[in-house]
Amino acid sequence: MTMLMPAATQNPLLQADGLGVRIGERWLCRDLDLLLQPGECLAVIGANGAGKTTLLHTLAGLRPAAAGQLALAGRALQHWPLRELARFRGLLAQQQPDHFTASVLETVLVGRHPHLGRWDWEGAEDERLARAALAEVGLEGMAARDILSLSGGERQRVALAALLAQAPALFLLDEPLNHLDLRYQIAVLTLFRRLAEAGRGVVMVLHDINLAARFADRIVLLDGHGGACAGSRDEVLQPALLEAAFGHPLRRVEVEGRVLFIPA
Amino acid sequence: MAANPALAAARRSLPGRSRAWLVLAVLLPGAAAAFAWALTAGELSIPLADVAGALAGAGDDMAARVVRELRLPRALATFACGGLLALAGALMQVLLRNPLAEPYVLGISGGAAVGALGAITLGAATFIVHAGAFAGALAAMLLVFGLAHGDGSWTQTRLLLTGVIVAAGCGAVVTLMLALAPATQAQSMLFWLMGDASSANRPWPALVLLIAGLLLVLPLARDLNVLVRGELAAQALGVRVRRLRYALYLLASLFTAAAVSLVGTVGFVGLIVPHLVRLLLGNDQRVLLPVAALAGGTLLLAADTAARTAMAPMQLPVGVLTALIGVPAFLFLLARHPGR
Repeated sequence: MTMLMPAATQNPLLQADGLGVRIGERWLCRDLDLLLQPGECLAVIGANGAGKTTLLHTLAGLRPAAAGQLALAGRALQHWPLRELARFRGLLAQQQPDHFTASVLETVLVGRHPHLGRWDWEGAEDERLARAALAEVGLEGMAARDILSLSGGERQRVALAALLAQAPALFLLDEPLNHLDLRYQIAVLTLFRRLAEAGRGVVMVLHDINLAARFADRIVLLDGHGGACAGSRDEVLQPALLEAAFGHPLRRVEVEGRVLFIPA
Repeated sequence: MAANPALAAARRSLPGRSRAWLVLAVLLPGAAAAFAWALTAGELSIPLADVAGALAGAGDDMAARVVRELRLPRALATFACGGLLALAGALMQVLLRNPLAEPYVLGISGGAAVGALGAITLGAATFIVHAGAFAGALAAMLLVFGLAHGDGSWTQTRLLLTGVIVAAGCGAVVTLMLALAPATQAQSMLFWLMGDASSANRPWPALVLLIAGLLLVLPLARDLNVLVRGELAAQALGVRVRRLRYALYLLASLFTAAAVSLVGTVGFVGLIVPHLVRLLLGNDQRVLLPVAALAGGTLLLAADTAARTAMAPMQLPVGVLTALIGVPAFLFLLARHPGR
């Protein structure tokens, strides 16, 4: 299914034509067309194992597409030098492996890596960006803390701050709400919504259909059998499509003008 | 860039770097003192002034020749080997992203032991024992690399398991050779296994490798900082992860092979020194790698001097001393930094 084209601009942040993603012999999605303009948020939803993360990694250029074309800012993905690509798109990984001690500030400064030359050390400007990123996620007083002493939600926010310090134009977020409490779930999605409105683009894997409905302009729904349904929020968030993809009946209700899906 | 006051301010606020200068200010005189001790102390006690004169080339008496031909080569060799082992340990810990990794975890030392003990069994000359150790280490490194590579996935679990299994196999062969060896050979085999610098008289290959290795590794140090954060994150930040991991494996293996072929399988330096530095300075590889090399060299040099003077004229295996010095120092620091 093809996405409805918005008013065509020169270079969309992300464009996929006939994209196919495959693991071994299993197709996770085929013939997926996507277009993400600056200012837009796209949510990827689907059941466990449907291929959301693999699709996100493919969009990030971390694994090759099995079929189709992928372009970032009008340039085919395979023509991007790695460092330049790392300044243009940033990925929040689903898990944050920590094996060694490090301060929160050091961990956030890792996001500045693609902006520094081989012999450069992080300078005052990098540190300013890192501290501003920490303030954005509500961790301003924690710069000197050891990451091994943080809670899961705090650790997740450190990873988000590192991504903000990387300052890409295109954010690719794999379950950004992992470990976050209610307040920070809304705060983080509001933050990325605001970044999108400032001209960036956001692709995020979400589990909560209702948060996707509230914060995303466009949705990709993976059905787990190689089918992908991409379109505007209202096109994709149909009870019948969602029930087929998640394998559980849903009820659609409206509360104070907002559409909600409740598992039956 | 260093003149930039803003940058200087940033340096101050990042704890690792300012403390790194402090630690270097302690370590450099420490290394010099270790060298002074190594050159003056021994069966023949030589005053520092005479040592300086001998190094400058003056004098041809026995003391000057002892300094130039025996003590200096041995001191340089043990220092280089200690530095190589600490560096290899730090690199292995990043490669396997495991704080328990050390230079011998992937079977390099096992291969070297089989080679060295094989040469001792044949009654070969010292030089052949060194060459045998190096050949064994390289063979183990290639074997582990080939087996772990397998289907091309080369995950760290697979690498670690392959290395541990190869090490276990080598351990069995070593035990067999020890069991079958006559008593005189068994003694020198045990010394080699515990680490023994008494035959380390050709320091230059190890020294050159230590300096070249540092020059090769330091430009990669920030990439290593990123790799510590996970392979996926590193790839997304523009690091060529696969190439970097190959380079890490080859360099760490080569450093280990060079060190053990000279001084045998000295324990603890490669595990404890990177951890000591990490406890004091954090895990920024740009600071950790050079400081660990310097600290490892100093520790092994001091331990070797203690090993040959403590019960003189008897020489103890240096590996016993590194453990006796390193373990309490490590436990002390660990107790002072709770929660790490």
